[in-house]
Amino acid sequence: MSNFWTVLRNNLRQYMILLALLAIILAFQLMTNGMLLKPMNVSNLIFQNAYVVILAVGMLMCILTGGNIDLSVGSVVALIGACAGTFIITWGWNSHLSILLCLLIGIAIGAWQGFWIAYARIPAFIVTLSGMLVFRGLTLIVLGGLTLAPFPADFLAYSTGYIPDLFPTLNLFGLRNSTSFLVGVLLAIIYCITQVRGWITRKKKAYEVESPWILALKVVIVSAAVIWLFYTLGAYRGVPKVLITVGIVLIAYGYFTTHTVMGRHLYALGGNEKAARLSGVKTKQLLFLAYVNMAFLASIAGIVFAARLNSASPQAGQSFELDAIAACFIGGASAYGGIGTVGGTLIGAMTMGILNNGMSIMGISSNVQQVVKGLVLLGAVAFDVLGKQRMQLPFLAWLKRQPAAQQDKVQIEQ
Amino acid sequence: MAKKLLEMHSITKEFPGVKALDNVNITVEEGEIHAVVGENGAGKSTLMNVLSGVYPYGSYSGDIFFDGQLCKFHSIKDSERLGIVIIHQELALVPYLSIGENMFLGNERQRRRGVVDWNETYQKAEEYLKVVGLEENPRTLVKDISVGKQQLVEIAKALAKDVRLLILDEPTSSLNEADSRKVLDLLLTLKRERGITSILISHKLNEVAYCADRITILRDGSTVETLDKNKDDVTEERIIRGMVGREMTERYPPRPNTIRSEVALEVRDWTVYHEIYTERKVVDRVSFKLHRGEVAGIYGLMGSGRTELALSIFGRAYGTKISGTLIKDGQVLELHSVPDAIAAGLTYVTEDRKDSGLILGNSIMHNITLPRMEFVAQRGRIDRDLERQTANHYRETLGIKAPSVEQYVGNLSGGNQQKVLLAKWIYSKPDILLLDEPTRGVDVGAKYEIYQIINDLAKQGKAILFISSELPEILGMCDRIYVMDSGRIIAEFPQSEATQEGIMNCIMQHSKGEIGA
Repeated sequence: MSNFWTVLRNNLRQYMILLALLAIILAFQLMTNGMLLKPMNVSNLIFQNAYVVILAVGMLMCILTGGNIDLSVGSVVALIGACAGTFIITWGWNSHLSILLCLLIGIAIGAWQGFWIAYARIPAFIVTLSGMLVFRGLTLIVLGGLTLAPFPADFLAYSTGYIPDLFPTLNLFGLRNSTSFLVGVLLAIIYCITQVRGWITRKKKAYEVESPWILALKVVIVSAAVIWLFYTLGAYRGVPKVLITVGIVLIAYGYFTTHTVMGRHLYALGGNEKAARLSGVKTKQLLFLAYVNMAFLASIAGIVFAARLNSASPQAGQSFELDAIAACFIGGASAYGGIGTVGGTLIGAMTMGILNNGMSIMGISSNVQQVVKGLVLLGAVAFDVLGKQRMQLPFLAWLKRQPAAQQDKVQIEQ
Repeated sequence: MAKKLLEMHSITKEFPGVKALDNVNITVEEGEIHAVVGENGAGKSTLMNVLSGVYPYGSYSGDIFFDGQLCKFHSIKDSERLGIVIIHQELALVPYLSIGENMFLGNERQRRRGVVDWNETYQKAEEYLKVVGLEENPRTLVKDISVGKQQLVEIAKALAKDVRLLILDEPTSSLNEADSRKVLDLLLTLKRERGITSILISHKLNEVAYCADRITILRDGSTVETLDKNKDDVTEERIIRGMVGREMTERYPPRPNTIRSEVALEVRDWTVYHEIYTERKVVDRVSFKLHRGEVAGIYGLMGSGRTELALSIFGRAYGTKISGTLIKDGQVLELHSVPDAIAAGLTYVTEDRKDSGLILGNSIMHNITLPRMEFVAQRGRIDRDLERQTANHYRETLGIKAPSVEQYVGNLSGGNQQKVLLAKWIYSKPDILLLDEPTRGVDVGAKYEIYQIINDLAKQGKAILFISSELPEILGMCDRIYVMDSGRIIAEFPQSEATQEGIMNCIMQHSKGEIGA
């Protein structure tokens, strides 16, 4: 079972932050007299945080390459919103084609920044700081300082509103929207089947597998959480459409980082650039793509956000970059790169989102909210860093010097 | 009998779970050079950390007497106040400050409180530089002088602190033989002329035998014995016996004749220019051949261009204006990038595993499969179970001591890290391995295992270029030896004709300009 313990230890940070998130949820649930997890508020939470999660996932890819951050995403969100507004509202273009064009503009922005960062070797901080100013300025130029509104319905249809109820008369468990619940059950079943099937094939091929109890525990917990979420959403107006976008982004990038060669190369690049280069990793290309991808996701977030505001505003997206960066670091990403997961980032973004939402419900002023969020960010990272220094650093340093035979002993004792 | 300067009595230091030091005793007499030797993990560094106050008084048991006084150090500052100065393996100089500034860093010559007296700083710096025999302007930036000279600056820095006991942790690990000799001779001079006592921690037993008066051997956290140069017969074999606890009659496994007639790699007129100073030639018209099943050595001092040669062959990973021809198995190779080189069956195993070989924060498994993910992936999707199986296979065949392949490489000992590095490149199914100092920073036992791995690879028909700056190792392991100096191959010896003296003479004469040029 030493394998299990190693995995547990390697991911300890993530379990800790998950527990912290659960504690925060519980605390706000109590302090808001149950308001936090009311169906309407859960639905709100999703609308409020969708774009932060999308941005944070993109930001994670940049951070993984070596602690590089992208300061320009807030401005890119605004610029893409402005472009969409100009194309659709001012010029009356087709909404669907305009969205496509906006995504292409996003990719072009990413290529511009990626070129300077990856090939001209200018620090990402400086390139994206420049981008932050340039794209905010362009937004103001495009919009002439004005706000454009409202968007037509077909533009809004992608990311606002809910998935329509297919069985309006069903009223399972007295739910307003039974489809939502059924979708949840379906997703949980799909999850169970893939997990169990994977486990069985691995066992058949005589690969290492976890004990069936751990598998069962994992499957039950995840399925229960999924069903609960969709049940709660069903009790309000159903599944927000934007959850589909967010879900696709999370699953796609979760898969990318854990199961693909390129994802692995990303971690290698951040873990040790020289070693990665000498192992045949195309480091420049990867760095370039990370920034192209970031701007691409920022433009998706821009469209989602413009639809949510139902306007293209020159002030849109301000300080979004900071929320996204904070989400990554709270979620356990390393400021030096090479460490961090999509799951952790989601947890980080949820932590920030629930803090925002919970404190707003409690009527705490936004000034105080900023102070709290800032301290939480510092606290989360400090806990991580100090914990390592006090308990592990001398220990790790010592472990490195030990003959491995003794290492086995230590691990079993732990 | 001389006065005892330092006595450490039954020092025991425990970390959660294991005793790193178990009842260690060591006595250092005034005015001697006392060597501390032991395999990696024997507790040398821990002992020195206890002595210098890195581990504060109370975190260990036992007593330290310095100059007859019981010492309770709470930090490095406390031990430095008494004149105990430690020079760590990794030099702690600030590259963009001058020699003088570095020398008095944290110990500034001050006119008033907080105001640096630059005149005195540089005047004193010059004096100390003279003492250590370094002819450099103290205003030169540290980044502009060689590593060998930087080591001398470190010693000068220690002298500036009125050192009484100088501790050097592997002082020559990154120096070439000439510079190493200079450092060791300096220690002898300081002992003779200034009566400075030093503790020398080293892996290089020839150095220990050369300059130490007494030698304390540690094994698994305990003192094994202390040898005295005047009483005992101190030879390298004798020291090794103490270190490993058994007779190491053979330091190198027998090298079976596995050479086949086919030439695996031929390099012709290979010329490389420096990456930054593009007018400087670092490799100059080098030509050599590697046969299948052969271990060919390149012996060269640091800066001779051997690493640059290997890296530039490995898909132009180093250098500019590279010219020359590579012929592999009779076919001309055009390699433009590292992935090209890997795909063509070449590998380069770096001399510095931490800097450019391994990803310390990743698992053994992820490190091993990195160079050729396609072996464990289909259409870009990693088969993680196959990956784990593959990694386990290499863990077992190379004897990497770790409970699982999920273990982070950073938590392994130096020898095991080196094996992971080798595993990674053996996994990539190469025909040709360019090994750059494959046993650096590895203890005696693990070295032997690595030599065996190399022999096995040769037996499988792989061609191996073995680059090293340790002559005994080159002589013990290689079928043929090329000698490299200032970017050129200046001589070639078959194993039967190669001797330590012959190779050294060859280099000496070349640097005087008698051969070549």
